[in-house]
Amino acid sequence: MDLELIKTIGWILVKIVAIIVPVILTIVYLMYFERKVIGFMQARVGPNRVGYRGLLQPWADGIKLLFKEVLVPSSSNKYLFIVAPMITMAAAMAAWAVVPFGTGLVLANINAGVLYILAVMSLGVYGVIIAGWASNSKYAFLGALRCSAQMISYEIAMGFALVGVLMAAGSLNLTEIVMAQQGGFWHWYWIPLLPLFVVHWVSSVAETNRAPFDIAEGESEIVAGFHVEYSGMAFAVFFLAEYANMILLALLAAIFYMGGWLSPFEGIPYLGQWFAFVPGPIWLILKTCLFLFLYLWFRATFPRFRYDQVMRLGWKVYIPVTLVWIVVVALLVQFKIGPWFS
Amino acid sequence: MKKLKFYIRSFLLWELFQGLGVTGKYFFKRKMTLMYPRQKAPKSPRFRGLHALRRYPNGEERCIACKLCEAVCPALAITIESAPRADGTRRTTRYDIDLFKCIYCGFCEESCPVDSIVETNIAEFHFENRGEQIINKEKLLEIGDKYEKQIAKDRAADAPYR
Repeated sequence: MDLELIKTIGWILVKIVAIIVPVILTIVYLMYFERKVIGFMQARVGPNRVGYRGLLQPWADGIKLLFKEVLVPSSSNKYLFIVAPMITMAAAMAAWAVVPFGTGLVLANINAGVLYILAVMSLGVYGVIIAGWASNSKYAFLGALRCSAQMISYEIAMGFALVGVLMAAGSLNLTEIVMAQQGGFWHWYWIPLLPLFVVHWVSSVAETNRAPFDIAEGESEIVAGFHVEYSGMAFAVFFLAEYANMILLALLAAIFYMGGWLSPFEGIPYLGQWFAFVPGPIWLILKTCLFLFLYLWFRATFPRFRYDQVMRLGWKVYIPVTLVWIVVVALLVQFKIGPWFS
Repeated sequence: MKKLKFYIRSFLLWELFQGLGVTGKYFFKRKMTLMYPRQKAPKSPRFRGLHALRRYPNGEERCIACKLCEAVCPALAITIESAPRADGTRRTTRYDIDLFKCIYCGFCEESCPVDSIVETNIAEFHFENRGEQIINKEKLLEIGDKYEKQIAKDRAADAPYR
């Protein structure tokens, strides 16, 4: 092998580590902040025993899970049972490859980035289905069924919402989608695409099986859904994958509708200049945190949807709404209306 | 018209935003958590916790073995045996309370004509061996001696309402 190739591969590996490590750290502290935020909203204080203000709590949980036995039910399909969490995790991590963190700060700047993300996110559902089926448990199977039905329904609404973004930006490349939103926060797509933005965001919550769409887990009805039989690290991997997906979808919502790493003060006299020194990734992180907080806020507020209501919302409300608004966006783009499409 | 209003409201997610408002307000409210071993909730002087047998200031035990507490105990947790003492007074030779049977209703304390059996405000106690939950006369008197100050204070605080 020649030196050039090794250098290239080594450089890519360094980039991968530079993405994966912060993502995992964010996951770890997202768990902590979830418990804190939900605690605060219930007039409690949340974890505060391990370390200063409980900051070491997620590590304590992680170490506990590491040392626990990974139980494999005797009548389960052992191979698939072990592979299922890996599939979920791999899918959740693979999607990060095309996510841009700033101008040029991207591992793989491919032109079909949006398609790639949709494809990889749909792969994640296989992990859940396989986990539910391989456990050979009624509850796990029901959870997997619900999860797959829900993910498929909301993938459609989400896909349609993204069609609006694609039409507006005229590109499938994530970097170009952000660049098309340049020029202050009123140029971002959340204003012209508001209904699509809402649908996309709610679908994101449903995609990650988070409350109020956590019917796949449904503690009160089907114990824990697809991961009832999982324990120890196998369970932790599902957990990590769920949180990785949350962060990814929050980031994507920021990229598609909130101008990604663009400064919100761009184009405003004085303010724009004052904040010009802030690097783009900081804005992206702030926007992502906003959406992550919304995830936690929703979980603390809304009760779980009934299964048929979830299906009704997905098929009878969101798909028609997105279809109508796609036509509206098409007209806006065609006639170059507003500050967005001129 | 009503239907139209309903549709507009549900499309604007009005009620969902109201719900978010409620939780959002609680996010900034004062937290009600009590950091238990460090902070403790105040106890009423009527608190019914661990039992104790009291003595008179001159050191004489109050209990006269009338067995009213044994009779009134709804959980049959108290067992009393009595006999005349050397000086001719009737005293208990055995006074056992099974703390696992006890429901901490406070009837024994209410029925006692000489304020001998009382329930202190001690809520934090535990047993380490089987059989330790049955506390006998010596232990009860010991608890009474140890916490007499607190017991007397609680009785005095509650006296005007009795």
